[in-house]
Amino acid sequence: MIPVQFDYKTPATLDEAVALLASDLDGAKVLAGGHSLIPAMKLRLAQPQLLVDIARIKSLAYIREEGDQILIGATTTHYQLESSALLQQICPLLPECAKSIGDVQVRNKGTIGGSIAHSDPAGDWPAAVLALDANLVLVGTNGERTVKAEDFFVDLLTTDLQPGEILREVRIKKPSGRFGHAYQKVPHPASGFAVVGIAVNLELNDDGSCKSAAIGVTGVGVKAYRAKAVEAALAGTNLDDNSISAAVAHVCDGIDPNSDLYASGDYRCHLATVHTRRGIQTAKARVQ
Amino acid sequence: MTDNYVGKRVKRTEDPRLIRGLAHYVDDIALPGTLHVAFVRSMYAHAKINSIDTSAALAAPGVVAVYTGEDVAEKIGPVPCASALPELKVPDHRVLAKDKVYFVGHPIVAVVAKDRYAARDAVDLVMVDYEDLPVVTDVEQAAAGGPVIHEAFGSNIAYKLTSGEGDIDAAFAAADRTVKQRILHRRLAPIAMEPRGVLARYFPGEQELTLWSSTQIPHLMRTQVALMIGMPENKLRVITPEVGGGFGSKLNVYAEEALLAWISMQLAKPVKWIETRRENMAATIHGRGQVGDIEVAFKNDGTLRGLRYSVFADLGAYHQLLTPAIPTLTGLMLSGAYKIPAIQMNIVGCFTNKMATDAYRGAGRPEATYVVERALDLVAADLGVDAAEVRRKNFPAADEFPFHTATGLDYDSGDYETALNKAQEIAGYADLREKQRKAREEGRLIGIGLSTYVEICALGPSQAMPAGGWESATVRIEPTGKVTVMTGASPHGQGQETSFAQIAADELGVDLNDVTVIHGDTGIVQYGIGTFGSRATAVGGTAVYVAIQKLKEKAHKIATHRLNADASHVAFEGGKYSLEKAAAAAGATGTSDPVVPVGEAPAGALPEPQTEGKTSLTIQDIALAAHLAKELPPDTEPGLSATYFFEPKNFTFPFGTHIAVVEIDRDTGDIEFLRYVAVDDCGRVINPMLVDGQVHGGIVQSIGQAMFEEVVYDEQGQLVTGTLMDYALPRASHVPEFELDRTETPSPVNPLGVKGVGEAGTIGATPAIVNAIVDALAPFGVKHLDMPVKPENIWRIINGH
Repeated sequence: MIPVQFDYKTPATLDEAVALLASDLDGAKVLAGGHSLIPAMKLRLAQPQLLVDIARIKSLAYIREEGDQILIGATTTHYQLESSALLQQICPLLPECAKSIGDVQVRNKGTIGGSIAHSDPAGDWPAAVLALDANLVLVGTNGERTVKAEDFFVDLLTTDLQPGEILREVRIKKPSGRFGHAYQKVPHPASGFAVVGIAVNLELNDDGSCKSAAIGVTGVGVKAYRAKAVEAALAGTNLDDNSISAAVAHVCDGIDPNSDLYASGDYRCHLATVHTRRGIQTAKARVQ
Repeated sequence: MTDNYVGKRVKRTEDPRLIRGLAHYVDDIALPGTLHVAFVRSMYAHAKINSIDTSAALAAPGVVAVYTGEDVAEKIGPVPCASALPELKVPDHRVLAKDKVYFVGHPIVAVVAKDRYAARDAVDLVMVDYEDLPVVTDVEQAAAGGPVIHEAFGSNIAYKLTSGEGDIDAAFAAADRTVKQRILHRRLAPIAMEPRGVLARYFPGEQELTLWSSTQIPHLMRTQVALMIGMPENKLRVITPEVGGGFGSKLNVYAEEALLAWISMQLAKPVKWIETRRENMAATIHGRGQVGDIEVAFKNDGTLRGLRYSVFADLGAYHQLLTPAIPTLTGLMLSGAYKIPAIQMNIVGCFTNKMATDAYRGAGRPEATYVVERALDLVAADLGVDAAEVRRKNFPAADEFPFHTATGLDYDSGDYETALNKAQEIAGYADLREKQRKAREEGRLIGIGLSTYVEICALGPSQAMPAGGWESATVRIEPTGKVTVMTGASPHGQGQETSFAQIAADELGVDLNDVTVIHGDTGIVQYGIGTFGSRATAVGGTAVYVAIQKLKEKAHKIATHRLNADASHVAFEGGKYSLEKAAAAAGATGTSDPVVPVGEAPAGALPEPQTEGKTSLTIQDIALAAHLAKELPPDTEPGLSATYFFEPKNFTFPFGTHIAVVEIDRDTGDIEFLRYVAVDDCGRVINPMLVDGQVHGGIVQSIGQAMFEEVVYDEQGQLVTGTLMDYALPRASHVPEFELDRTETPSPVNPLGVKGVGEAGTIGATPAIVNAIVDALAPFGVKHLDMPVKPENIWRIINGH
C-alpha cells in the first residue's frame, strides 16, 4: 500500500503541464482527482516516475454554455457536476450520473476528465459521454485535437490519448427538442463501480414516437460502448412496452460480458437488459 | 449513591477526541529515531523455500537490518495457541517461515529501514526461491486426505471432537419427523477500521521493553510475548492506546508483536510496523469458516426431540490463540432458545492453506444460532406452521430458569416469549403476514424472517477459560477528590470509559466528570484479562462495582471516626456520609463537590478537611483525610483505594427476537429491507445509547455476512478478495432503519444484573435476514440459501437456472 518513489509537479498552466508530460513520455502520468491512479500506485500496479498534478490548474474546472455547446473542464469534480443548477436544467444526465459515483469524498475529489481518460471498464462517465455524443478536446505538444467519445474509448483501460496528451475539455451539444435522460446503475457492493451502468438520452418526435435514442453502457464489456442495436430497434417506435422489451434484448449484442465474484457474465447481461428497459422508461417519462 | 447516570443515555466521553481526530492510535505515537518494519510475505499458498537472498535488500538505501526465519528460529518462541483440546495437533508456528510457507501472506522476511518507504522498497529486493507444493483450500478435501500441510501429523485433521448430552440416536429413532440441511458459513474478514500496529521500544540500560500494540488483551499479550522472547514479564510493558476496533481480530498474539519486540532489542531502537489493508485481509485472522450438516428430530406437534450438527471447521494453516476453540463455542450454543433433550456436535477441525480462523464478533456462537434458527424454519416449513409458533412451542418458560441445556450449560435467566411477543407486536406480525399473502397474489416477493436467539456472554468462569475468566478493577479516590477507575478490561470502541464512569459516579455520588477510567497499560493497571466475548461490563464492570463497595466500607469507617459517631448512625447518601438524623436534611440527592476544586486552590500543602462540628462529610473529604492520614481510625491504612478481582460463577445468556422483512425485485433479484425490528434483552442496561450502538453495529455486520461478505481463495490458494474493492462491506446505503426495543431480565450472575450486548447483533440478526430472504422465495420451493445471498443467486432461482 506504499507506492514506489516518484516525482510530483504542480504546473500552474496547461502549457506547463503539457511540457512536463513531454519531458518524460514513458514515466509521467497526469494526476487529477487521483481516485484511480493513486490506488493503482499504492498496489504498485502503476509505477509512474513523475506525477503531473493538473487538479491545481484552476482554469481547468468549469461548466459553461457556449452557443449550442456545453463545455466542461477536465478537472471539474463529480460534485461540481452533481450540484450544477445549469446542468440540472439543460443536461440532467450529467448530474444524475455524477450523483451515482462513489461517495461524497470521492465526488469531492474525483474529476470527469480523470474518469474518462482512465477509461475504467466500470467507470460511469464513459457511458454518459457516449450517450451524449460528446466531443473530447485533447491537447499535446502538437496542439489540440477533438475526438468523438465513440472513437476515444479503444479497449480495456485504453483510449485514443497519445503519449503526452491531456484531456482538456468535454464538449456536449445542448440537448434540444423533446428529450429525456436517465442514468441507471447497479453499483458493485464493494467498489461502488458500475456492475452495469446505462446512460439513456432519448429524443421524441411530436407524436411521441422515438426520434432517436442514444444508449451508453458501462460495466458490461472491456470498455464502455453505445448499444447501437438497441438504439436502432427503438428508432421510430412508440416506445410501448413491447417495442422497448424487444429492443433492450440486444443490449449485449457482440459483447463478451465481464464476470466477477458478484455477477457472472450472464447475470450482468440480464441486468443490462433490465436496467436499459428501466432507463428508457424513466427517460421517456421525463420528456417534457 | 445517586441515580444520576446508570440507565441514562449518557453521551460517550470517548467521542469528542475521536470525532475531532485527537485520539492516539499506535501509528500516532512518534518516537525519535524510530525504524520501520515491512514484511516479505508468501505469494504462494503452499511452497518449499529453497533459498532466500537478502543481499540486495540489505544493500538498499536506508535499510538497517533484514531478518529471516533462520535468524529468529532459535531466538523467538512459537506463536501461542491457548486452546487445550484432547489430542489437538498444534503445528510449530514460528514468527517467520523457515523451510515452507503455508498460506498467502505468511511472513518470511522482516526488513527494517529508516522509513516506511525504504522498508517497503527493500521488500521487493528480497529474492525468495519457492518450490510449489500442492495446495488444499477446501476444508472437506483437506479432511478427506488432500495434500498434507503439516507432514508430521500425517493428515490435515487437527482434532475431532464430539460433545453434547442426551441419547441422540434414540431421539432420532423416536422422532415423528426429521429435517436435515447442509449449511455453509463462509470465511469473513473482521476488518477493524484501524489495522493492526505495533511499536516496540527497548531500553538497553534498564533492560525494559515497552510494546504499544493495537490489541484487546494487553496483559495476556505481555505474558505471552515475554515468554516468546524470553524476557521477564515484569520488564515488559504493553500499552494499548486508542484501538480502532477489534471484533475479535485483536484478541490474539501475532507473530509481528513478538518479532517487533525482539528486533527492538537487537537494534536498541524503537521499531514500528503498521499493517496495510492488504496485510490485514491476508494475515489477520478470519472468522467463521464452517461447513456442516444440521439435523433436527421432532414430533408432529412441533416439539423438538434432538439436534445434531456435524461440521468441518476450516482452521487455516496454523493455530492462532483460540483457533481450535471457536467451533467448540458453536457446540455450546446449539440448544438455542429451545428445550432440546438430546444434542450432539461433531467437529472435524482441519488445516487448510489459508490464514487461520479465530474469533470474529460472536466467535462460534453466530454459527450455532444460524444453524438452529435456520433449522427451526425448516421444521416450521415441514409442519406447515408459522415460524413463530414452532419457536414459541419449544421455549423454556420464564420460571424454568436456571435452564439446563443438553450442551451442558445452565442459562441464567430468560423470558423468551415476552421478547418474541414484543417484537411481533412492534412489527405488527399478523398484519405483515396478511400483507405478505396479498403481495404474493400480486406476484410480489415479500419475506418475513425471525430469529429468537440466545447467546452466551460474560466469558467467563475461569474453569471454562484458557487464561483466567475473571476481571479486575482498582478504584481510587485521589487526594483532590478525583476518582480513578482502573479496569483490566480493554475497551476498544465499546464505550466503557463512559459506562464504568457511570457506575462509579452513581455508587460514589460524584459527578461523572470527576471519574477517569484508565485501561490498556500494563505498567499502570493491575493484571486484567481483556475485552472479548461481551465480558467487559458483566465481569469487568462488576469488578469495578465490588471494588467500590470495598472502598466505601473503608470510607465509612473513616467517616464514622471523623464524625465521632457510632457506625450504625452514619449513612452514605448523595456522595456524603451523614449522621443518620442529619441524612434527610443533607438533601441526599445530587453530587458532592470535590474538596479541592481544580484551579481554585493553590498548589502546596493540602488543607486538612474540617470535620469539627460537622454532621456530614463528602467522600472526597474522606479521601483527603485518608491521604493526609493525620487522624485515621486505629489499624487503618492511609489512602482510599480498593482492588477487586471478580470471578463470575457462570456465563450470562442474553436473548431476544429479531424480525427482518424484505422484498425481492423479481427482475433483478435485488433484496430490499422493508422493516427491521429487534427486541434485545441484555439484562440490566447501564447506558441505553451504548446498547443501541452495539446492536446497530452488530446488525450491520450481520447484513454484511448475510448478503455481501465472503473471503474467497481460489484453488491455488490465492486470496481473491485481497482489497476492499473486492471484499464487500455493508455501507450506509445497505442498512435499513432499525426499530429497536428491549426487555430487561436481570442476570443473577453478577450484582449489576448485566449480561452483555457486544455480539448480540451479529448473532441474532444474520438468521433473521436469511430467513426473510428464504421466506420471500418460498413460492419457488426454496428452503435454504447459503450466505452471502447475492441477487444473482436469487435471479437464478426465480428463473429456474
